[in-house]
Amino acid sequence: MWKWLHPYANPEVSYHFVGKLLPWISKITFVLLFIGIVWALVFAPADYQQGDSFRIFYIHVPTAILSMSIYMAMATAAFCSLVWQFRLADASAAAMAPVGAVITAIALFTGAAWGKPMWGTWWIWDARLTSELVLLFLYLGVIALHNAFEDKNLAGKAAGILSLVGVVNIPIIKYSVEWWNTLHQGATVSKMSAPSMSMNMFWPFVICFLGIAMLVAFVICIRFRTEILSRNGMRPWVRALITEEGVK
Amino acid sequence: MTPEHNLSYKAAFNLIIKRDLTIAFRHRDDIINPLLFFIIVVTLFPLGIGPESTTLSRIAPGIIWVAALLSTLLSLDRLFKSDHDDGSLEQMMLSPHPIFILVIAKITAHWLVTGLPLIFIAPLLAVLLHLNENSYSALMLTLLLGTPTLSLLGAIGVALTVGIKKGGVLLSLLVLPLYIPVLIFATSAIDTAAMNLPYSGQLAIIAALFFGSLTLAPFAVSAALKVSTN
Repeated sequence: MWKWLHPYANPEVSYHFVGKLLPWISKITFVLLFIGIVWALVFAPADYQQGDSFRIFYIHVPTAILSMSIYMAMATAAFCSLVWQFRLADASAAAMAPVGAVITAIALFTGAAWGKPMWGTWWIWDARLTSELVLLFLYLGVIALHNAFEDKNLAGKAAGILSLVGVVNIPIIKYSVEWWNTLHQGATVSKMSAPSMSMNMFWPFVICFLGIAMLVAFVICIRFRTEILSRNGMRPWVRALITEEGVK
Repeated sequence: MTPEHNLSYKAAFNLIIKRDLTIAFRHRDDIINPLLFFIIVVTLFPLGIGPESTTLSRIAPGIIWVAALLSTLLSLDRLFKSDHDDGSLEQMMLSPHPIFILVIAKITAHWLVTGLPLIFIAPLLAVLLHLNENSYSALMLTLLLGTPTLSLLGAIGVALTVGIKKGGVLLSLLVLPLYIPVLIFATSAIDTAAMNLPYSGQLAIIAALFFGSLTLAPFAVSAALKVSTN
């Protein structure tokens, strides 16, 4: 049943497969982001209470959601690499960590920029803000551990263990800070059946979300290919590729 | 088979604890220095904030707990480092006993020489910080349940960084985020006790964190040690 998946365990096959996907992903990303951002910033109605500053929502919420999903994806990849020894899962986890850290930082920054006009302050020690900040620290820890080892395989295993420990800890940290202090507004979009926002605000959000998700996928794919190349630098197919395309 | 090969788990556990304690008591600096650090950090706060007793008693739980976190962090390094450097860690991992036993024993020994002195010295520092009188038992109980949790969680970080030359700063980056829940619930328990309210809820959560990390952390530590001694 899983036979179709087996060839992709070979770095060369994966490298070329991702290479074929890249132009498609980039086109979809561009189209979605263009439509989404223009719709969100120009045509979507302003919020009756929060005015135009509410438009940060279209960047803030997607990045905040993605910051957590990227962590879960990274931990899943780390789990696969630890249990089944997939070398490529390691490479993908290494590719995801910095992207996740940047997305988390963007979510925090846009949150601060939104908090200033709404709550009158850049930062509040609120549960969601704090747990997002801790998530950023966890990402930075994983990245630092990746960089600390000379041997990429060891680095991947060590960082994988850390990200799995983080997965156990994230819910605990989340609930502990939530219990500690809460100010953040409740979820607006998660109620799938009837979102508590009007439809002409909801659709640009969906497109923005998909656009940013595709952008993340695009960056991760590029990093994944680079990661494969740097790990297999001594293999003949990489050398052939370099002589073919020339060292740039 | 020689008798050593037939060691029961309990005997192996006791043997490692005895060995680690002997080593620790021959290097007394390693026990005393984190303790001194703890005391000095706590003394710095009144100097920085001002001597008003109302302010101090308000922030005393936080100061004591943050100082305890930092001094645990400082002492974590010696959990596996010297054994890794002289190769005895590798020999222990090659022994027929599960690494789980080894890890639990080493963490217990570490807590006995670093966590337990903190608990004994904490009431003294609480007096210096004018901690509310109702809070003393809460402080002791949270430290009693919390410091072993800190040792267990910290052991994961040490095991990951033991093979790296300059692992110290990295260690704090890895471990401190994991300490946040313990800190939150411990200080909140002490604050609640100061208001003469029952704090058994927070204590139960810290106990849950302790038992959770007691059962799960050794697996992570042994996996990390296998990576580090590769």
